[in-house]
Amino acid sequence: MLHLLQKPLETAKPSRRTFLKMSAGTVGGLIIAMKLPNMAEAATGEFVQPFVHIRPDNTVVVIVKHLDKGQGIATGLATLVADELDAAHAQVTTEFAPSNPAVYANTLFGVQGTGGSTAIPNSFMQYRQAGAAAKAMLVAAAAKDWGVPANEITVSQGTVSHASGKSASFGELAGLAAEQEIPAEPALKTPDQWVYIGKSFPRVDSKNKSVGAPNTYAMDFQRDDMLVAVVARSPRFGGTPVSFDPGEALSVLGVVDVLMIPTGVAVVAKSTWPAIKARDMITIEWDDSGAEMRSTDAMMAELAEMAAKPGLSVRKDGDAQAAIENAAKVIEVDYEFPFLAHGTMEPLDVVMAFDGSKAEVWSGSQIQTIDHNVTAAVLGIEFQNVAINTLWAGGSFGRRATADAHVYAEAAMLAKALHEKGTSGVPIKLVWTREDDMTGGYYRPMSAHKVKVGLDDEGNVLGWSHRMAAKSIIKGTPFEPMLMKDGVDHNMTEGAQDTTYAFPAMEMDQHLAETKVPVLWWRSVGHTHSGYVMETMIDRLAKEAGKDPVAYRLEMIKDDPRKANVLKLAAEKAGWGTDLPNGRYRGVAVHKSFGSYVAEVAEISMDEDGIIKVEKVVCAVDCGIPVNPDNITAQIEGGLGYGLGAILRNEITMTDGVVDQTNFDTYEPIRMSDMPEIEVHIVQSTEAPTGIGEPGTPPIGPAVANAIAAAKGNWVTTLPLSKHDLV
Amino acid sequence: MSITLKVNGEPRTVDVDPETPLLWVLRDELKMTGTKFGCGIASCGACTVQWDGMPIRSCQTFIGDLDGAEITTIEGVDGKAASAVQAAWQELDVPQCGYCQSGQVLAATALLEETPKPTDEDIDAAMDGNVCRCATYARIRKAIHLAAEKMEG
Ligand code: FES
Ligand code: FES
Repeated sequence: MLHLLQKPLETAKPSRRTFLKMSAGTVGGLIIAMKLPNMAEAATGEFVQPFVHIRPDNTVVVIVKHLDKGQGIATGLATLVADELDAAHAQVTTEFAPSNPAVYANTLFGVQGTGGSTAIPNSFMQYRQAGAAAKAMLVAAAAKDWGVPANEITVSQGTVSHASGKSASFGELAGLAAEQEIPAEPALKTPDQWVYIGKSFPRVDSKNKSVGAPNTYAMDFQRDDMLVAVVARSPRFGGTPVSFDPGEALSVLGVVDVLMIPTGVAVVAKSTWPAIKARDMITIEWDDSGAEMRSTDAMMAELAEMAAKPGLSVRKDGDAQAAIENAAKVIEVDYEFPFLAHGTMEPLDVVMAFDGSKAEVWSGSQIQTIDHNVTAAVLGIEFQNVAINTLWAGGSFGRRATADAHVYAEAAMLAKALHEKGTSGVPIKLVWTREDDMTGGYYRPMSAHKVKVGLDDEGNVLGWSHRMAAKSIIKGTPFEPMLMKDGVDHNMTEGAQDTTYAFPAMEMDQHLAETKVPVLWWRSVGHTHSGYVMETMIDRLAKEAGKDPVAYRLEMIKDDPRKANVLKLAAEKAGWGTDLPNGRYRGVAVHKSFGSYVAEVAEISMDEDGIIKVEKVVCAVDCGIPVNPDNITAQIEGGLGYGLGAILRNEITMTDGVVDQTNFDTYEPIRMSDMPEIEVHIVQSTEAPTGIGEPGTPPIGPAVANAIAAAKGNWVTTLPLSKHDLV
Repeated sequence: MSITLKVNGEPRTVDVDPETPLLWVLRDELKMTGTKFGCGIASCGACTVQWDGMPIRSCQTFIGDLDGAEITTIEGVDGKAASAVQAAWQELDVPQCGYCQSGQVLAATALLEETPKPTDEDIDAAMDGNVCRCATYARIRKAIHLAAEKMEG
């Protein structure tokens, strides 16, 4: 018996990534409770629903359909369920859901997956309803058991009680609750009844992550029969292996096999170190005939040339060209942004066991449905013969959300090859070392921008032209049909094409460049560069008009009250306009991404040598109903720090196609002494909740650049800042 | 080569290539996975453990040099400073992805054992070797100050 409860999604329409509607049927409706065949066999006394389990020992287990890669979604979903269920924080724990898009799809994607800061927006109603349904069933169970009307029963902090003095824990009622009818329309609390949402619900994972608990990440997976593999891949993107000489590799203690797979030459060993050591002993001949041989300087020159010419039109309001031609003054600025690596703290890894007919996977899977499909396809088995166990991921920032699931494909190639050679059914842990990760591509695309603005005598904008060139993240992937329209990649220019600054005429064009270097979304995607361009340009124009940067922006966003509100709030809290000690400067930026508005005021110090330090950043954020305020603060802190690290020192460059940066010694991450003091102010809102994992990132670059301009009078247009003797 | 060392007070004997980094002995031989692999070149601190109380990078410490050494890992770290640090970490919800945090906890514990009332400059100096890609640094700093208070009280 399959009983589906579906209810229309009541959260706000997503502004992006609705494209991923790859499987019809679940989009537009939510599953909150159902009876699955295997659930009938749940242990007696246990309450088992897709999103909530209640155990006889009184534990409430929230089943998390998303990947938690640090952004706190396990806690976020637990907050939603616990609130509607009126569970006590201490009894709530989480488990990751199996890969099953029929039940666990991201309702904005249509497939199971995490990204685009959609985890709370797509789950807000679903997980609340799941919690409310479970509570209604507990109440019905108590009513039946005690012979009292259900509406006389109250639930608070994990205890179900009645005025007669009867009371029971969730655990005591779980078995009977499981037999109750699943409510079609469980009543949800009104915001004034919330006990955790908008207040506090501490993280569910802090303890484990503070004590180094085992079995947390894929990297931690251990089994006595497990093998570990590392792969030597082409030093150039697009190169393929032709032949290899294992040298002494096979004589390294613990090495089991050296074999060629389509992506390179793999060393398989009984543990990690022998595999890493032996890999250096192999000599490989590569076929570079299809490889990217250029240096990044040449690639950038190509992009700059493209950006100088008209391209595919993304937006055209009025006649910006004519306005610029007739303007009293024209400001023209070229920008260059480098490739960026994600540098997740846990390098990429997947554990896979394949016995010839079935496969089991352990990993921090971010788009489970794609990872699952690709694994099945490479192994040549049916979808239902693959099981994915999602584990916590040591960071992603976009890196684990790949359209080609290339790490899964590589693990499957390896598992299949080993099966064919007689090593079957044992888990193989594929480890990408830091060097593999850093030199392995899937970078934030490098890009060139040209902005031309025509001004009247008083510095008012008459026309705005913005052209951009980069490799598309979307083109050529399964996302293309959904995310590209008429050859235009809307991901690429997001944050600029949709600006709400009121320009009398605006045009935006884009050019899609080609390179074999794989590119990928990097925390906040197009906003990482478009936000920088928009917010440093606006600052420049404010100066041109002789106006205060905050006041100038406010004039230009009269029709965007939420944006204006965060800008005013951040400015006020930062003491905008008040005097600063010598050597201190402020810069401001405000940007909307993933539905959320963030303003940041950066205060920097600059010493006699012109070296800067970001001392303090005051942020204001409006992300709709703040579900878990402390996590919002944490994500703004982390998102800002992540963006700051990149603009200070990070770039991936290539010489003749070979990546120059190989590890954290040459791609210097942000460190403790770089980190500013951060203040986060959250706007109380009744709007539907929007994203928070990414929106803290875009404003920090321009806020710092604007502070530098306040000190030096000019805006940095080629990143990172380390190119300009500023750090 | 057979090497005997003490890990969290327990004598452990392993038979591996003496060039094997302690990191991989802990993780793969002793199955103690709390100590993390982040870079392998002593640049990130994810693999931090204590050798006779001093924080070291286990990815660049070789097992052949450790016969008779006393190693403390995240699984075994205890005492006043460690308890204060781990309590503060939980109280302020420091971890995000958490992958760097074993190393951060070990480094912070070593700092507080040496300097019970650290200044921000002390924290910068002691913690700069420990990368957090989630950039939880602001909370790590607060949590170290909180742990220092807890140790006093
Ligand atoms: S893994 Fe040892 S310092 Fe990075
Ligand atoms: S918490 Fe993710 S790297 Fe530190």
